[in-house]
Amino acid sequence: MIATPRKIKALKFGLLSPAHIRKISEARIVTADTYDEDGYPFDGGLMDPRLGVVDPGLKCKTCGSRVGDCPGHFGHIELARPVLHIGYAKLVYKILRSLCGECSRIKLADDTLERYRLRLRRARATGQQFDKIVDELFKTARTTKICPHCGVDTSEIKFDKPSAYIEVSKDGSKTRLSATDVRERLEKVPDSDAEILGFDTDVSRPEWMELTVLPVPPVTARPSITLESGERSEDDLTHKLVDIIRINQRLNENIEAGAPHLIIEDLWELLQYHITTYFNNEVAGVPPARHRSGRPLKTLTQRLKGKEGRFRSNLSGKRVNFSARTVVSPDPNIEINEVGVPDAIAREMTVATRVNERNIEHLKKLVARGPDNYPGANYVERSDGRRISLKRIQNPEEVLDKIEPGWIIHRHLTDGDIVLFNRQPSLHRMSIMAHEVKVLPYKTFRLNLCVCPPYNADFDGDEMNMHVIQGEEAIAEAKILMRVQEQILSPRFGGPIIGGIHDHITGAYLLTKKGSLFTKKEVATLLYLVGYDGEFPEPTIVDGKELYDGKSIFSLFLPKDMNLSYKAKICKKCEECVEEKCPDDGFVAIKNGRLISGVVDEKAFGAFAGEMLDHIVKDYGTDEARKFLNTLTRVALFAIMKYGFSTGIDDEDLPTEAGERIEEILDSAEEKVQELVGAFETGVLEHLPGRSLEETLEMRIMQALSEARDKTGSVAGEYLGMKNSAVMMAKTGARGSMLNLTQMAACVGQQAVRGERISRGYVGRTLPHFKLGERGAKAKGFVRSSYKRGQDPLEYFFHAMGGREGLVDTAVRTSQSGYMQRRLINALQDLKIEYDNTVRGSDGRIVEVTYGGDGADPSRTDWGHIVNVKKIVDRVVRSRT
Amino acid sequence: MVDVLVHEMVPTHEILGEKEVEELLDRFNVTTVQLPIILDTDPAIKGLEARIGDVVKITRSSPDVGTSFAFRVVTEL
Repeated sequence: MIATPRKIKALKFGLLSPAHIRKISEARIVTADTYDEDGYPFDGGLMDPRLGVVDPGLKCKTCGSRVGDCPGHFGHIELARPVLHIGYAKLVYKILRSLCGECSRIKLADDTLERYRLRLRRARATGQQFDKIVDELFKTARTTKICPHCGVDTSEIKFDKPSAYIEVSKDGSKTRLSATDVRERLEKVPDSDAEILGFDTDVSRPEWMELTVLPVPPVTARPSITLESGERSEDDLTHKLVDIIRINQRLNENIEAGAPHLIIEDLWELLQYHITTYFNNEVAGVPPARHRSGRPLKTLTQRLKGKEGRFRSNLSGKRVNFSARTVVSPDPNIEINEVGVPDAIAREMTVATRVNERNIEHLKKLVARGPDNYPGANYVERSDGRRISLKRIQNPEEVLDKIEPGWIIHRHLTDGDIVLFNRQPSLHRMSIMAHEVKVLPYKTFRLNLCVCPPYNADFDGDEMNMHVIQGEEAIAEAKILMRVQEQILSPRFGGPIIGGIHDHITGAYLLTKKGSLFTKKEVATLLYLVGYDGEFPEPTIVDGKELYDGKSIFSLFLPKDMNLSYKAKICKKCEECVEEKCPDDGFVAIKNGRLISGVVDEKAFGAFAGEMLDHIVKDYGTDEARKFLNTLTRVALFAIMKYGFSTGIDDEDLPTEAGERIEEILDSAEEKVQELVGAFETGVLEHLPGRSLEETLEMRIMQALSEARDKTGSVAGEYLGMKNSAVMMAKTGARGSMLNLTQMAACVGQQAVRGERISRGYVGRTLPHFKLGERGAKAKGFVRSSYKRGQDPLEYFFHAMGGREGLVDTAVRTSQSGYMQRRLINALQDLKIEYDNTVRGSDGRIVEVTYGGDGADPSRTDWGHIVNVKKIVDRVVRSRT
Repeated sequence: MVDVLVHEMVPTHEILGEKEVEELLDRFNVTTVQLPIILDTDPAIKGLEARIGDVVKITRSSPDVGTSFAFRVVTEL
């Protein structure tokens, strides 16, 4: 029977009533066995043929359909005694507490009840949540002692987790309420009261939370698998149902035989256990039911819950076609918009292209080449929708002649196709961007280094995913909205997130620093390499030779009318800035497209920081910015290769004199610490406001030691100039920081755990090498040596303590922030800005009248500010003169 | 009790008149159900003597955004 599709008018959720369970049931299940010796299922057994078919070739006894068409049918088990549905244990408890044990009315006066009824009805009508109102009712009702309806002094009820309720009468005697008792009380609740408890009495009654009939899911929901040995292995749910039937049967027999109360109670308890674990095998306080092998059973709740559950794994997330995944590696020679796709992948992945008069010749050629010759095709689809695999076809000529407009050819991926490229975790929109395919040899995806920051990718084995877009609209949309060049500006801070990294920065610095000169031959090579098509720059004459200044080479790639000035990354932040006359070239000035002063470093075109790049995207558009990045990175790499650049351990070599000065600084710092400790012990140390004496001492010591470390750093810095590769990288922002260099060359500094000097270990001291109560620098984890010199064993140990904390923190932080992000995204995912500028949910409810209060797209703002007045004034002034 | 409305960090709250509410609902083509809510127990509402169902206009200002408005319907729990 094929069901006719009908439109859904409304959905209502409720509890299954015993009558309904029997109504939908096709078979009453009474036998705990599944198959007999011949392999036929028992009638009335758990694999009853009326519950659906799982074996191919057989017809369903109920609906007559075959495997795949038969959806399966429910059965039922009649329970000997009522049993609590564990999912409602808490709710039943809340309800029992607000009911009168005698008359089963809510322990509230009639007028109060009416008020609640009104509020509930209003909330229901307006679609608001009413669980809070019901919770409030539970709270007030449970504190009432005397029932206002029958005047009985009610007794208190305790919840004995996980599934028992105990009544405590006034004399303190405890009686356990059996499931039958509970069910009786719930049965007596009038519909009018049930409504106030939050029940929609048309579809749910409180007593239905105590099961008297258990639905048995169709066999299709718990298929048994036949092992290679011919042995049958049943689903976990079937195992659990077997247990339930067995105990239910024993309970029935014992009741009929009039067995002693104790035995019946025990069996009843056991039945409760089995039904509880059938619903949820991870209930607190209930030992999980296990398989013979010791593995906990996967029961109903476990099927649905969590990351591997039905919802997150099968409904919110599905596997997709037209996708590929492999390792990524860098390629500085492809454009930022491109992605290098291995030829093997290009052969496997296809784009469905509809045949028309204009492309028919081209597509026919592809079909003729077949699935194995690279630019070819894998499938053809006829106008009637029939697919023909070119892999299986014997003579392609036959198909070739039949191809006509209207057919669809699944052709291989070729250069220029638009694909989506993604790296997990997909935390922001730049985690999935549209790239142009460039088919390359070998087996890795290749990407331009400038797109590493948005994906947060590196090449230590990272893998990325690619999705081929099918359909013209989708391709157009991806190209307009998702292309890499459209994502240069991040909506997170209104600046570029795509930009130069590492060697790009060093290279650009080497190119543009003072005294960087190139021969005509070098310049010609460079300009040819980046495809420059224009005039040669003006040469400068040095010692009678014609040489070319790095700044003028760089200027060739700037827009001709560009004007900009900012302080470079290497700027020393002098009190008085002499701007263009800066001796360190720390002030960048561009006038009419010429770099007048300053060096090009991280602040120019680095990801997260590039002022120059930012200016170009915002004033000249994404096309110009893409070209700028593509050429500039290549120019920078040319420069760094021309100079030659490397760093090694000898970059941290310091002259003896420097070493002596560092020792001196550290000696005096340790002395200072001793002084502070002395002052503390004699009681002359003065309190800092709001701190205890001990805290004051610790703070002062930490301060003194960190000051000392910084001082050693600047001493080291004095001896390591800008000629030093490591310093160059740190100062230009290419990689590393001056702090890193300080720790390598001069002094590692204080190790901390929980923001304090290391204090735990032995009683009163960190290690047995120190005196009790010693507070000196060394005793509390101050590492005097540098990484290069190496640590003594005690320093090494303290350093490991501090390092461990860092690792634990990152591990904890990522999991916490990941879950926080998940919750936020779940709450915000379908908000959208409507045409009237309001931010609304999918049901039209307003969240904000204007997005962000000002309707501004943060990625179009100037680093988060809506206007940059200085920039505008500058531009206007310039246009006037 | 401290009147929170006087504090400089608390934005201005005012009850909209019947006509203004009508205009507002008309402007955004919504019913009051679709507007954000504010609880009648909210400290900023208490001093206003607002009744359930009233629409409160909140005027905020910040250096970056300038003046912005929000509209909320007074609701009990």
